[in-house]
Amino acid sequence: MKSNFFRGMSHGVPIALGYLSVSFGFGISAVRSGLSVFEASAVSATNLTSAGQAAGIDIIASGGTILEMILVQLTINIRYSLMALSLSQKLDKKFTIGHRLMASYGITDEIFALCSAQPGMLSPAYMYGMILISAIGWVLGTFLGAFAGQLLPESVSSAMGILLYGMFLAIIIPPSRKQKSVLCVVIAAAVMSIIFRYLITAVSSGFAVIICAVAAAALGAFLFPIHDEEEQE
Amino acid sequence: MSTALYILVMAGVTYIIRMIPFTFFKKKIKSQFVKSFLRYIPYAVLSAMTIPAIFYSTGNIAAATAGTLAAIVLAFFDLPLIVVALSASLASYIAGMFM
Repeated sequence: MKSNFFRGMSHGVPIALGYLSVSFGFGISAVRSGLSVFEASAVSATNLTSAGQAAGIDIIASGGTILEMILVQLTINIRYSLMALSLSQKLDKKFTIGHRLMASYGITDEIFALCSAQPGMLSPAYMYGMILISAIGWVLGTFLGAFAGQLLPESVSSAMGILLYGMFLAIIIPPSRKQKSVLCVVIAAAVMSIIFRYLITAVSSGFAVIICAVAAAALGAFLFPIHDEEEQE
Repeated sequence: MSTALYILVMAGVTYIIRMIPFTFFKKKIKSQFVKSFLRYIPYAVLSAMTIPAIFYSTGNIAAATAGTLAAIVLAFFDLPLIVVALSASLASYIAGMFM
């Protein structure tokens, strides 16, 4: 039990280090959008996700509606449903309903990737170890960014505003290079997003992201249906 | 509207999305279209969120463009997420000193 926990923690160290620096950028952006240091940290502690949080603080900053918030979070984070679904087939017998309810909090892209790469079944202790260290990195980085962001020179903190977007590019570009289907989806979404930004300005940024993403993913699914077990790259 | 309410809604929706399939779903999705759609959604979301917003992310379009180019080149060569993110930031910081 204990060794599984520490094994999970040690496997999670690289995730935690990555989160620490990226969430630093989130903390800075959150404070720039008008959140307090505490609110920024609370968002990270309760959500544990990058893209959803970045979109969420945009909605808070622009005074969007609650419906918009719900739909944006649903669209951006719906991928976690698929990851959760896939992981649910890999849980060992110790995973009671209670453990499942707890561990589902920590299903992120990176934790999903490491957990699914694990040989054999997953124990609750292993997942808790990995989730704990990753969440510490994520929340601590947010706190430091939100707190120190105000102390850093303007030139430094504004340059860090690009951190999260840089990470997003690092997620979408390598598969776009390897698979023309992903490239097509990425370009379609980007083109539509540009059209909304400059031509259809009546639609709020949150809804624009939903419309672009759903349309581009549907286009991809229509043109390039995925066959059998090639879902994982 | 209070920020706490927004945060509560964000957290609740995000948790439920993860919790329901992890806890209750036992079957596998059969529809090829739905499977493909869910597979493409993350890339579509991230692309729509990033472009063109990344160019406005530092308050200086020229500097942000330099950061974007750095990120695209490094991501193209499969460098780790954190290296790409920090380099984008560094490139826009350096560019910001001249532009």
